[in-house]
Amino acid sequence: MADETYPDDLKYHPEHDWARVDGEEATLGITWYAQDALGEVVFYEPPEVGATISKDSAYAEVESVKAVSDVIAPLSGEITEVNGALSDAPEKINDDPYGDGWLVKVKLSDPSETESLLDAGAYKDLLS
Amino acid sequence: MEATTALRRTPLYEQHVAAGAKLVDFTGWEMPVQYEGVRAEHLAVRQGCGVFDVSHMGEIETTGPQALELLQRLLSNDVSKLEVGGAQYSVLCRPEGGVLDDLFTYRLGEDRYLTVTNASNHEGDLAWFREHAAGFDAEVIDRIDDYAMLAVQGPDARALVTTLLDAELPPRMHTAMVGDALVCGTGYTGEDGVEVMLPPAQAPAFWEGLLAAGATPAGLGARDTLRLEVCFHLYGNDLSTDRNPIEAGLGWCCKEATGFIGSETVAAARESGTAEKLVPFKLAERGIPRQGNGVLDTSGQPAGTVTSGTLSPCLEEGVGMAYVRVDLAERGTEVEIDVRGKRRPARIESRPLYDPHPKES
Repeated sequence: MADETYPDDLKYHPEHDWARVDGEEATLGITWYAQDALGEVVFYEPPEVGATISKDSAYAEVESVKAVSDVIAPLSGEITEVNGALSDAPEKINDDPYGDGWLVKVKLSDPSETESLLDAGAYKDLLS
Repeated sequence: MEATTALRRTPLYEQHVAAGAKLVDFTGWEMPVQYEGVRAEHLAVRQGCGVFDVSHMGEIETTGPQALELLQRLLSNDVSKLEVGGAQYSVLCRPEGGVLDDLFTYRLGEDRYLTVTNASNHEGDLAWFREHAAGFDAEVIDRIDDYAMLAVQGPDARALVTTLLDAELPPRMHTAMVGDALVCGTGYTGEDGVEVMLPPAQAPAFWEGLLAAGATPAGLGARDTLRLEVCFHLYGNDLSTDRNPIEAGLGWCCKEATGFIGSETVAAARESGTAEKLVPFKLAERGIPRQGNGVLDTSGQPAGTVTSGTLSPCLEEGVGMAYVRVDLAERGTEVEIDVRGKRRPARIESRPLYDPHPKES
């Protein structure tokens, strides 16, 4: 399992999700804290490409042996790509939550929503 | 508003913290749900030896000249068949047949029995025992604070405990006193092994001895996946006061001729059959069933409810147990499980879902 980190180049949602924003596009995933709380992820079914997701609403589920957890969208938009590798290797979400464990890529419908997200310092304060 | 009460801790709390446990509130007890991870702990028990702290489980001692008569009234099994040094499984029923708890009872002496309760039911069981003890020359004693309980399970468990205690262990379904420890040839994993009840002050040294000898600390998460693979019931999931033992598939531990409380309802249910039956099942494709998921027949009609579900670490398939309409309870029947809105095909199986000791063919 990865060491606890919260990279400075990401934006964070209080429900323990991250976004790597690049103009009108963003890559989304769950934070180190989220995967640690969940435990070893054993099942993840990606949403459909083309699906619309809304900020603060669930767009996917990740499951550990014991629990199911909703994944909350930190931003709104349309899914342009999903991480298909996770279907066979969901443990990547634990091993590399900000890298190989990314969940979806999204074309943002309202990039200004990013302003409401937390930076790494504020998110860490939330956890402490 | 209810006041927040402190969680109870077992005598092994410090050991759990030291072993890196993730601790959770389990019916009022601060218990380790996992250490390294559920899968690794599960496999350690199947392949080697795991140790579980189950000190949250309760104990009720029943003693006196009419201890047997009292237990015969309370417990579903034929307690008169239980010999000194023996172990017996039974359920505790209400008059209308609903299951209050499922229990192991050990006969410690001629007039002395120890019954192990589920943590969440201990207080209720104790009150039930005491309420019905009136008129019997028997005493009901709460022993929950007198015992720590460790389950040592897996193919290597007996050898490890034998060395550590330097004593011969009782065979399956029997008990023996080793020093101050009551060693029982029972468990909840489908593996060989023992459960050890000992004075709380002795628990940390015993735990540390087991770990030093190579036992893997295992949490309640692995305990649940292990028991589900072999289809052992979990009270609160697969058993409740809304279900009688016949529909739960526990008719084998009910001996109605003893006249236990609930025996008339159980006899009637055995005679006329029940509308639903608890059966194991496997998903035919990827996915994980969970408690509360609906079961549908092939025409899409509601046909039951999942009471336990997980991803089986040994089978790497979604498995579970569900109460289903009796016409669907036959092994091989195709059903669907509504996993949070997604209908996933499944197949009714027979017990156990996973057989740790397949007979050689």
